[in-house]
Amino acid sequence: MHSVAPSVLAAAVADHPGFLSPTGVEIAFVLVGLTTLGAAVITVTTRQLVHAALWLVVALGGLAVEYLLLTAEFIAWVQVLIYVGSIVVLLLFGLMLTRAPIGRSPDADSGNRWIALGVALASAAALVWVVVDAFRTTWIDLEGPAQGSTAVTGAFLFRNWVLPFEALSVLLLAALVGAIVLSRKHDTDTAVRRDTAVRPDTAVRPDPAVRPAPDPADRRGKEEQS
Amino acid sequence: MNDVSDVALRLAIVFVVFLVAPLLVGQTEHKVMAHMQGRLGPMYAGGFHGWAQLVADGVKFAQKEDVVPAAADRRVFQLAPAVALLPYLLVLVAIPVGPGDGAVGQVIDAGIFFVLAVMGIGVLGSLMAGWASANKFSLLGGLRTAAQLLSYELPMLLAAASVAMAAGTVSLTGILDAFEWWWLPWQIAGALVFFVAGLAELQRPPFDMPVADSEIIFGAYTEYTGLRFALFLLAEYAGIVILCALTTVLFLGGWHGPFGADGLGWLWTLLKTALLAFVVIWLRVSYPRLREDQLQKLAWTTLVPLALAQIALTGIVKVAIN
Repeated sequence: MHSVAPSVLAAAVADHPGFLSPTGVEIAFVLVGLTTLGAAVITVTTRQLVHAALWLVVALGGLAVEYLLLTAEFIAWVQVLIYVGSIVVLLLFGLMLTRAPIGRSPDADSGNRWIALGVALASAAALVWVVVDAFRTTWIDLEGPAQGSTAVTGAFLFRNWVLPFEALSVLLLAALVGAIVLSRKHDTDTAVRRDTAVRPDTAVRPDPAVRPAPDPADRRGKEEQS
Repeated sequence: MNDVSDVALRLAIVFVVFLVAPLLVGQTEHKVMAHMQGRLGPMYAGGFHGWAQLVADGVKFAQKEDVVPAAADRRVFQLAPAVALLPYLLVLVAIPVGPGDGAVGQVIDAGIFFVLAVMGIGVLGSLMAGWASANKFSLLGGLRTAAQLLSYELPMLLAAASVAMAAGTVSLTGILDAFEWWWLPWQIAGALVFFVAGLAELQRPPFDMPVADSEIIFGAYTEYTGLRFALFLLAEYAGIVILCALTTVLFLGGWHGPFGADGLGWLWTLLKTALLAFVVIWLRVSYPRLREDQLQKLAWTTLVPLALAQIALTGIVKVAIN
């Protein structure tokens, strides 16, 4: 990170304007940041499960606005597209499919909350340390041409960070294949499960190795029913 | 001062279009559906062929009592219609109507991503409504909405990515500037995928399982009355306008036409959008509702492979040209 970032950012760096007399963008940045932080804290502390997911939308949206304020338009919209549009919908889907009571859930708490707080603080400290160490007093000139436009982001990503990018895509592909493997039913397993489902009173589970293979026609009929 | 008045004027125009265009589509739907079914449709309101029917509907909705169920989650319930409607207003700002920077509400660098991202937020409104209503049918509707969205978002994105590859830019105005007539046959598979996936995202027939009135009453909107219900309906028709305009811009060349590209470009955009909106209505009249397994099968076994094939084709042609 040290070797690459300064050379690329050199063009974007303006003179250090100082922390006093902040510009409008800087004030907006801090305000949106506080809102995001607040929404994130509510997300993890609220006792209402679905409200937590909805506050997460606010937190992720706030983050997208921060990217926008730093002129990284492409990243901002991808953030909204992936996180608000897909991840949160997936979360809500999961909640509705399993348990989504209206009102407070008294058991929506975990004994691990203090450990979680410790881990969160530690990772936040690590991130802040890395960012501060990497950029120090570098300032981005927000007035000039956009430093985070799609073209700039693309060139930066595929010139300097192409190896991590590819490594990440391989990781995601592996996760995808893993999910498919896990969700595939094995033939013997399903045969046993269906058998017990039909006769719930059977005390002894039939041994799949001994049982004769089920008639394919019979199996097709059952699949259509279920 | 000039800048401020310019921006204000643009936003005002976008707002007026946002209010009028969905009503036009709605009225067209009334009449077109009626004639396709051998009826006349609204004939009295306003005198001439019932042109004021939707205005009358609006007055009726405004007079109705605004009911919130006792067991509902009040705040989320009341917020949901706004979450469903406002994203479409934002999207409309970014859609170019004619050539040049003057015919678009606001030029956005990453236009495709902006449009698709913000459209995705609108669906959160349906999910919030479905959950907060404290009604089993509504919850089922919300679940179906989410399931549908999860599977159709991917082909829609892939189809849009194909156009971005072809044009070499993700800006909507940039795509239109790069458009050539032979993109039409080149990107036709992507266009079909985009349009069908968009219909599914809007929950329009034949993808209206989430609101299936004969099974789960009206899905997530069962408990809504009065103006809030009207807002959901408006969101649906605004969605049709947005989807048709987007398909026009991405795949049909927007303001490009056989003639009159200089002064009448905006007319081509409107004409193509109106034609697509007619197709949306036509599909509602002609196709029965898809079952859940048919929905998922269509998305994963037809649309996704088709979109991937389109991307491969786009890549091959692009490399061959260069």
